[in-house]
Amino acid sequence: MIGALILRDLRRGLTGAAWLPIAFFLLVATLVPFAIGPDANLLGRIGAGVLWIAALTAALLPVERLIESDRADGVLDQLLLYGVADETTAVAKIAAHWLSFGPLLFLAAFPAAALLGIDAAALKRLLLSIWIGTPGLAALAVAVAALTAELPRAGSIAGLLLLPIAVPLLIFAAAFCGDGSNQSMALEAAISILLLAGSPFVTAAAIRASRT
Amino acid sequence: MSLMRFDRVALDRGARRLFENVSFTLDPGERLQVTGPNGAGKSSLIRLAAGLLREASGQIERGSLALADDHVAFDRELPLKRALGFWGGPVDEAMEALGIAHLANVPVRLLSSGQLKRATLARVAASGTKLWLLDEPLNALDSDGAERLSEAIDQHLSSGGAVLAASHQSIPGEWPKLGLGA
Repeated sequence: MIGALILRDLRRGLTGAAWLPIAFFLLVATLVPFAIGPDANLLGRIGAGVLWIAALTAALLPVERLIESDRADGVLDQLLLYGVADETTAVAKIAAHWLSFGPLLFLAAFPAAALLGIDAAALKRLLLSIWIGTPGLAALAVAVAALTAELPRAGSIAGLLLLPIAVPLLIFAAAFCGDGSNQSMALEAAISILLLAGSPFVTAAAIRASRT
Repeated sequence: MSLMRFDRVALDRGARRLFENVSFTLDPGERLQVTGPNGAGKSSLIRLAAGLLREASGQIERGSLALADDHVAFDRELPLKRALGFWGGPVDEAMEALGIAHLANVPVRLLSSGQLKRATLARVAASGTKLWLLDEPLNALDSDGAERLSEAIDQHLSSGGAVLAASHQSIPGEWPKLGLGA
């Protein structure tokens, strides 16, 4: 059932506003040179960091529909009755969320890098850091979505909750993009893994607590 | 081998005790209707029986079960048959039994509340579980729907299943009652 659940969520993610986070990501990449000025040197230096900020906020955009619609509709209850543990549901949701924005973000990084004048070597590091960091970002978004489900104005609260926790990921991802040091990459991967490992349990606990 | 057993079960909602000392057993072929005024805890008892709520005290034994309540739990964009198919089982037969086979290609979001009720009951019928939990199964059903539900229940009971239903209305058939609240 977990495969069917991932496919279902992925289909819902892609038929919904899948292009919105990516369009948002590219929008930021387009606006930065206008705001900073056309200094290729400067843009190349800060470009990767700017793109990581854009990726972070893009991952946050669909957070309101990741869990809440299924909770309100009783899908999470039925899944439990059909023998799918809440933790398993959480893993499926993380996988589906990542699949709906991770690969697209990876592709969008190419035009974004061109817009910001990021050179080939830095682009390679940026792409690698996206592969490493976005699964952790997806895990964090799903956990935050579960924690804020049922709340009014969940979107803005989710932002307040997600951004501080995402800061370590941002620091090491941007550091790796900047200097390409292996330590930064290892720390980014460690944080990503930590988020991936912890999120299913946080998500499942939040789902259980929301059952009334 | 009973399909469900409540032994002196109590349930709290917030700081309030909703009910206590509820005991019953459901064996294969048995049915039970939970009755009571609004707010007595009928729906909560069904959710407790399903394992979606925790009992405050007492013991509950349950096997595999299926639940139909007011939550639709279908993808609203999908045609009904595909939405039902996500949950598996003999979907065609169940849709036939509940009289919604002609709606197979209609998107769930376009269905009326009575049709949605039939669809949730069809999911339970297709689930293949021994115990059905039905929360207000007659809500939004017309007389044809109620009749089909009653037939489906009779067939389920004669094949060794059991049904626990909560309703303030009288469900067609002979139902032993479990009263909640004053």
